[in-house]
Amino acid sequence: MGINFLYPEYEVIRNMDKCINCRVCERQCANEVHTYDEERKIMCSDDALCVNCHRCVSLCPTRALKIVKSDHTFKENANWSNRAITEIYKQSESGGVLLSSMGNPKDYPVYFDKILINASQVTNPSIDPLREPMETKVFLGSKPKKIERDKDGNLINNLSAGIELAMPIMFSAMSYGSISYNAHESLARAAKEVGILYNTGEGGLHKDFYQYGSNTIVQVASGRFGVHKDYLEAGAAIEIKMGQGAKPGIGGHLPGAKIVGDISKTRMVPKGSDAISPAPHHDIYSIEDLRQLVYSLKEATDYKKPVIVKIAAVHNVAAIASGIARSGADIIAIDGFRGGTGAAPTRIRDNVGIPIELALASVDQRLRDEGIRDNVSIVIGGSIRNSGDIIKAVALGADAVYIGTAALIALGCHLCRSCHTGKCNWGIATQRPELVKRLNPNVGYKRLVNLVRAWNHEIKEMMGGMGINSIESLKGNRLMLRGVGLNEKELQILGIKHAGE
Amino acid sequence: MLREGEIRIPSGCAISGIFSKSGKRISGEAIIKSIATMHDRSNGLGGGFAAYGIYPEYKDYYAFHIFYDGNISKRECEEFLERHFDIINLSKIPTRKTQGITDVPLIWRYFVTPLSTKLSDSQLDEKEFVARCVMKINTKIDGAYVFSSGKNMGVFKAVGYPEDVGEFYRLSEYEGYCWTAHGRYPTNTPGWWGGAHPFALLDYSVVHNGEISSYDANRRTIEMYGYKCTLQTDTEAITYIIDYLNRRIGLNLEEISSVVAAPFWQVIDRMPKEEKEKHTYLRNAFPSLLITGPFSILVGFDGGMMALNDRLKLRSMVVGEKDDMVYIASEECAIRVIEQNLDKVWSPQGGEAVIVTLNGGAK
Amino acid sequence: MKRVYVNEEWCLGCHLCEYYCAFANSNEKDMAKALKNVIIHPRIQLEEGDNINFAVSCRHCDDPLCVKGCITGALSINDGVITADTNKCIGCYTCILCCPYGAISPGEHGVIQKCELCTTNIKGSPHCVVGCPNSAIVFEER
Repeated sequence: MGINFLYPEYEVIRNMDKCINCRVCERQCANEVHTYDEERKIMCSDDALCVNCHRCVSLCPTRALKIVKSDHTFKENANWSNRAITEIYKQSESGGVLLSSMGNPKDYPVYFDKILINASQVTNPSIDPLREPMETKVFLGSKPKKIERDKDGNLINNLSAGIELAMPIMFSAMSYGSISYNAHESLARAAKEVGILYNTGEGGLHKDFYQYGSNTIVQVASGRFGVHKDYLEAGAAIEIKMGQGAKPGIGGHLPGAKIVGDISKTRMVPKGSDAISPAPHHDIYSIEDLRQLVYSLKEATDYKKPVIVKIAAVHNVAAIASGIARSGADIIAIDGFRGGTGAAPTRIRDNVGIPIELALASVDQRLRDEGIRDNVSIVIGGSIRNSGDIIKAVALGADAVYIGTAALIALGCHLCRSCHTGKCNWGIATQRPELVKRLNPNVGYKRLVNLVRAWNHEIKEMMGGMGINSIESLKGNRLMLRGVGLNEKELQILGIKHAGE
Repeated sequence: MLREGEIRIPSGCAISGIFSKSGKRISGEAIIKSIATMHDRSNGLGGGFAAYGIYPEYKDYYAFHIFYDGNISKRECEEFLERHFDIINLSKIPTRKTQGITDVPLIWRYFVTPLSTKLSDSQLDEKEFVARCVMKINTKIDGAYVFSSGKNMGVFKAVGYPEDVGEFYRLSEYEGYCWTAHGRYPTNTPGWWGGAHPFALLDYSVVHNGEISSYDANRRTIEMYGYKCTLQTDTEAITYIIDYLNRRIGLNLEEISSVVAAPFWQVIDRMPKEEKEKHTYLRNAFPSLLITGPFSILVGFDGGMMALNDRLKLRSMVVGEKDDMVYIASEECAIRVIEQNLDKVWSPQGGEAVIVTLNGGAK
Repeated sequence: MKRVYVNEEWCLGCHLCEYYCAFANSNEKDMAKALKNVIIHPRIQLEEGDNINFAVSCRHCDDPLCVKGCITGALSINDGVITADTNKCIGCYTCILCCPYGAISPGEHGVIQKCELCTTNIKGSPHCVVGCPNSAIVFEER
């Protein structure tokens, strides 16, 4: 076997005075960290197996457990970090590409945290959302360039198909396969309850969830898994996935081991065979090809469904968005480099793409400069962490946001970033039945509903503070933002002033 | 010009409007008296008037009122005008030396009509051509500023208290069927002549009291449609929005008020089906032209006047009627001072447009 | 009346209900103190096998066989809750034999014990429900 160069990153600390040997930690850890020593009548743990998901910590009835970062260290080196060294050990052992899950965890600037929000004082009044109506309803889709009237002079509704949202939030694409049936059920039911949409991701739509169709975005990705006429017609909108913030430029790979039972059926992929999403759509090698797919999907659904084109935020995102805005698409979804994933090559996740705040600001401005901002709505995702991020995103120019990671955290995810192992102890990113059942959708959907409603309350409070009583007056209202600690270039791209200006 | 920082504590703005439905032309004295009553609502950093029906002898020509910083900008601007327009008449706008009105720029008036060759080359309709020329002068010619550009109407404004501004421009010598007035209390921008109200483009003029919270959302949207918000004032943005929705899109004034001061969804949801569909359509189609935050505005246009409050009615505004006359002002006292025996006095609700037009209809 | 119900679909077989039950009936305030080095005898017990888990406790039947069978009148129905009077119980275990669910078990001092919906301990309401991590055990009216 040779020498194991890796020292466990985390240590399981057990307070033996509190441990009552109930063995719930042992039963609940899919990584088999905990064992019971019959002889000594104590619980033991193997730190090397721990992924720091907190399942045992959360369930321990006496709070006897905690996980701490190991203080074991290499000789201090600002260049060769522990992580850099460890990754080399891993790769020289395996010979493989490093895999990671969830969003980019590295220390890049978070622009949302360097932007501050305005409030009214004296010259105009703030508005109390508990006493006055405060509107967060949003319509997504392209806006008409002219009005039409009937012979009596009444306005004719000439809007193309769009999406109505009770608040500017949607659950982002997470496929059935990458997350569990119960996670999907939770998302679908929550979306229905609060009047927003969730997104199937590229894994098709389980037949049980067709009933939530009016709150569903059905995705068409490069693998075309689970795409058929009924599927396209089932949703409220169709999303063409061109890219994903966590892994721009590459495709996906759901291992055959996960193509089991209903997943195989839903994806329309034979059991046990790998589901490989190509890096590009092989019928889209340029923008004019995208236009053809947009219109193919519209034709297939009788122009009753808006089409979303989702791209990763990359360097020339503004130019790409400009092309999409002219492709017939109704909505552009932009996924920032902090967006989550069920599995991505670590190097790509950590090094490719750009921050969503900058991408959003430049896309919104570019589309306005070209006079085509009304052609499309902009939805952004890639690490929206709270309602403050949403306010800032909308003020920068977004029509709505996608939340993925935040939704999973609401369902119990502890961001251990081990989705790719398929052993999610929280029943989210796994297909093992005994793990999947740990996520009770009756509980899960309520937690999602609570989260989204809580955020909506906060959005209303902040809007009221700014003296704005409808979300459309916040959209693109960059005067409501100020930067702190940003340089001239950053401020220029964001289109905001520095605090104090 | 007073610098920011020398301004007293803000209190608010004042607006007033007088309209004769029969088209009877009245002198500027009444409106000066009305706005002067609300002296405390302005701070001497801007006042102005818009008058409709004042140039009957030139009613087919665009009347440009232009501020110049000096002769260089005047020369440059006039060269531009000559290249694009047939200038029928030009003159200094008559003024009277008035205490409290200082730092007077050159103020000129031109009656013009677009050169037919230029107009056909531009492939624009006439109004759009004129609007673009105005926009061009205001953004490209340093020191020149067109502050009035409609037909048979004119804006008169300055830095100072509105009653002094009226005196300065000798408004008692003009006669119009519609007058609006504004006393300014600038909080967003330093008081300067161009920044005073009314703000006007073509036949539209707007006087406004308030500070809208949707400003940048509105500005960035309207700029996409070719307007340039050079003044960075709310009023300018509101004027462009109204011009865009009315002249370019073709919405009528009621529909425009449903866009800029849209009913709340909870109100729309209770409307009869057709009304509900109409309002849902308007909010869905023009979301970024919704105006939030406090405002009361008077919009003057060819043959009519519209008053509108923000959807929460965060600014006061009163309407009074007597025979064929309609009076609208920030405070009732400003109406009572010119007409004591009103037939009717009422306060429009937030978002409820009050539209008056000449008997026989406006445009 | 409100009863404790277990939904097999969501029962994870984690056994926490048993520990919360034992803790509740210890009448201690600290769980570690109550259960450290103690072999527990909970009144709710997990049945498991073939990937099916199901916690079982007294159903508080409307027409309970245990009460019918009790030879001393120790078992009685109080507001729908079947309770045992340990002063009257002589430990004949007839009730244990009668109960079709196996929900009654021998307790301390030679008398029986059973779930009394935590009405007779310091918790006051079913503690297994509070401790269930997946809301598989519910206390509700059906």
